[in-house]
Amino acid sequence: MALVDERAHGHHEAHHHEEPGFWGKYVFSQDHKVIGIQYGFTALVFLLFGFSLMMMMRWSLAYPNQPIPLLGKLFKTTGGIIVPEFYNQLGAMHGTIMVFLGIVPLAVGAFGNYLVPLQIGAPDMAFPKLNMASYWSYFVGGVVMLASFFAPGGAAQSGWTSYPPLSDIAPSGQTMWLFGMLFLIISSVLGSTNFIVTIIQLRAPGLTWMRLPFFVWAQFVTSFLLLLAFPALQAAAILQMMDRLAGTSFFLPSGLVVSGQQLAVSGGGSPLLWQHLFWFLAHPEVYVLILPAFGIIAEVIANNTRKPLWGYRSMVWAITFLGFMSFIVWAHHMFMTGMGTVMSTFFQTTTMIISIPSVIVLTALIISLWGASIRYTVPMLFALAFLPMFAIGGLTGLPLGLAPTDIHLHDTYYVIGHFHYVVAPGTIFAMFAGIYYWFPKLTGRSMSNLLGHLHFWPSFLFINGIFMPMFIQGMAGVSRRLYDGGASYSHAQGVLHWNTFMSASAWLLGLAQIPFIINLFWSMWKGKKVGSNPWGATTLEWAATTSPPLAHGNFTEIPTAVRGPYDYSLPGAPQDFVPQHQEA
Amino acid sequence: MSTTDAESIRKQTRAYIGVFFALMVLTVLTVAVSYFHMPVVLAVVVALAIASFKGSLVAAVFMHLSHERKVIYWVLILTVVFFIVLMAIPSLWQWDLRVAR
Amino acid sequence: MDIPYNVEPRPDTGLYNAKLGIWLFLASEVMLFGALFSSYVLLRTGAPPGTWHHGREFLNVPMATLNTIILIASSVTMVMSWASLKLNDFKKFRLYLGLTFLCGVGFLCVKAYEYGTKFHHGYFPKSNTFLAIYFTLTGLHVLHVIGGMIVNGYFVGPGAKMWRTEPERFTNRIEVAGLYWHFVDLVWIFLFPTLYLL
Repeated sequence: MALVDERAHGHHEAHHHEEPGFWGKYVFSQDHKVIGIQYGFTALVFLLFGFSLMMMMRWSLAYPNQPIPLLGKLFKTTGGIIVPEFYNQLGAMHGTIMVFLGIVPLAVGAFGNYLVPLQIGAPDMAFPKLNMASYWSYFVGGVVMLASFFAPGGAAQSGWTSYPPLSDIAPSGQTMWLFGMLFLIISSVLGSTNFIVTIIQLRAPGLTWMRLPFFVWAQFVTSFLLLLAFPALQAAAILQMMDRLAGTSFFLPSGLVVSGQQLAVSGGGSPLLWQHLFWFLAHPEVYVLILPAFGIIAEVIANNTRKPLWGYRSMVWAITFLGFMSFIVWAHHMFMTGMGTVMSTFFQTTTMIISIPSVIVLTALIISLWGASIRYTVPMLFALAFLPMFAIGGLTGLPLGLAPTDIHLHDTYYVIGHFHYVVAPGTIFAMFAGIYYWFPKLTGRSMSNLLGHLHFWPSFLFINGIFMPMFIQGMAGVSRRLYDGGASYSHAQGVLHWNTFMSASAWLLGLAQIPFIINLFWSMWKGKKVGSNPWGATTLEWAATTSPPLAHGNFTEIPTAVRGPYDYSLPGAPQDFVPQHQEA
Repeated sequence: MSTTDAESIRKQTRAYIGVFFALMVLTVLTVAVSYFHMPVVLAVVVALAIASFKGSLVAAVFMHLSHERKVIYWVLILTVVFFIVLMAIPSLWQWDLRVAR
Repeated sequence: MDIPYNVEPRPDTGLYNAKLGIWLFLASEVMLFGALFSSYVLLRTGAPPGTWHHGREFLNVPMATLNTIILIASSVTMVMSWASLKLNDFKKFRLYLGLTFLCGVGFLCVKAYEYGTKFHHGYFPKSNTFLAIYFTLTGLHVLHVIGGMIVNGYFVGPGAKMWRTEPERFTNRIEVAGLYWHFVDLVWIFLFPTLYLL
């Protein structure tokens, strides 16, 4: 059945389009594949930048108050030393950039945009113009965020969580942060509308809900989280902007004294209000960070085990339940604010319950390996590493979700270790798996296997070197957001030596990314050419032509799905996989 | 989606005008009721009840929600649930602290 | 390249794409205004007894009642403009949509007058928390009114060309614009008693 799209225009079209010029084709494109690539490159650049900020932070943590080599020449005013105020900027922006400019645009904007229409047999997203607007809104938000480093007083420096009253009185970089967030949130809300309509309305004939690739389900739930949770942060950002620009006191309590002076505001505000609104978004946000990763890992595992996923239905119900629950756990980030016992009980209970669906998904993925013919391809290496890494991240969340233990662990390095295990060897490894896996689809070439291994093994080693000791430091009581890594505290002295170890791991992890960067660019031009389905995969994106033409239209005829998404090793079939649109 | 033939559109038009007058009456009621001195909780309940009724008329008739599709209903029900959570929890928070004392 | 179900509804959902899209967008708007209403509740219930300023102290109830009537009327004219298209009456469509736009102008004039008198009396967002949330909620609402007016103005003017080439698609666009406009009215229906009367 001819799904391959040989020419830019399908001959069945009733009306003519003019071929868009360079700008319309590559810059202001409305084609989801181009937009996906735009998101991908922009996000990878931001991830690299955010990573670099972290490498600078790790210098301060390992060698506080010592001039930083090479880069120190840029900080002439401080003699090359990372001063606390600058460390705080690095910290706040590292978090902001990685979460909002890096992972979500990569996971949803890049992978989601490129693959969802292809996997559901659609010609594009439901609203191509809106898709383009979403990308450019993200881009503008990103530029504003980067520009904030040049604001008087520097970039945002009140944590990625921007808690008032501190953020209310912080230098102007914080206002730019708020404006940047406005653009990013608009981008996400418009984008999520697009995804939901696309998935509901544009599924090809025969593609029932339970025949969707798990990746699409993951993007679907993620989009609902973005749609309904982000507006709360939008509201909070508006209120904080009013505080900073119009002199209101939404978050400023009465009688607040700053630098010995009573603040000349009306007062009557509540810092807790910000926390409620922020975490109402930020908790669902962490599931936005992990769900697309689950989706990618599921696809890579199914393909490289040559078996259908075990427990597909359970996984679908699990992530739907997870999405719903994610809206009613947020105050587990606020256990230390003095909440009453009813609230505390409620949020501890919901938090414990929400751990169950993640366990279901992880268990199903692990059981999927049972009895499989595992192909240890580079994407599969990252996917296999994801499983225990995510498990560590998830398990270390449990004492944080229970108030009695959280009393000791809140705002320590334990928290940083917990969430980094989930997003770094968790989500980012899944992103790498996805890049290695779908690279042949985008480019018609495969990435180098050798460079892939040179990327994976050191990364896996060093990433654990950074984050595992954090649990030790956290349990010893070392607070987060200290520019000297705890050096000024007596209770931290016994675990301080880990700082140099973790920093060295971080810089070595940075070096380990070089093979990946080389691989990515080299393979685009010199990678081994492969056919349209080099992995022998079943899902519909592999049935569209290799690197779908960057003009519109993915399939000459819309495919009909006649089977589930993972018919690998079907008894009686001639090959060990049957594509989703292929009759027996 | 609403039926498209001329006769049913005309019927709907009558409904629109009817709802308009109902909304006018309810608006006057909203303002009038506010002049009675009620305890705060009662005042809030009454005001929100009237506003909700007005809102339902706008949603059901002007926005055609009364014969809309299931998909839309599910999206809205989900939204309303989260909206209630967002409204309720911060308020219950304060109550919980007062009770604790 | 044609996106399916842009105009004709998809059989199993019964919806055309933009209708689902606008309802999803409105859902996010419910959460946006909901977050602000929630902030109002938290700030008011958290205020020490006797410190919360009530709407009546600063606000003009008759003007706001007028604005409520204007907005409700504009909702009627908006849905009538869509109904006129369904009945193939382009002239009536233009008339009703034009009236909707004018109602919007009226709303903005009243609001400008309201804000003006407040500033004149020295009442600013920074004066107290009530005024802060009042200006923020009504200000955001005004921005949404302006947004709706831009869309409606476009459809009264240059956007109306589509009626001649793709009437069904154009009618759908008006329905979608109408849904947004009704929502803006809905928000005001709740804003009015909350801020002015309670």
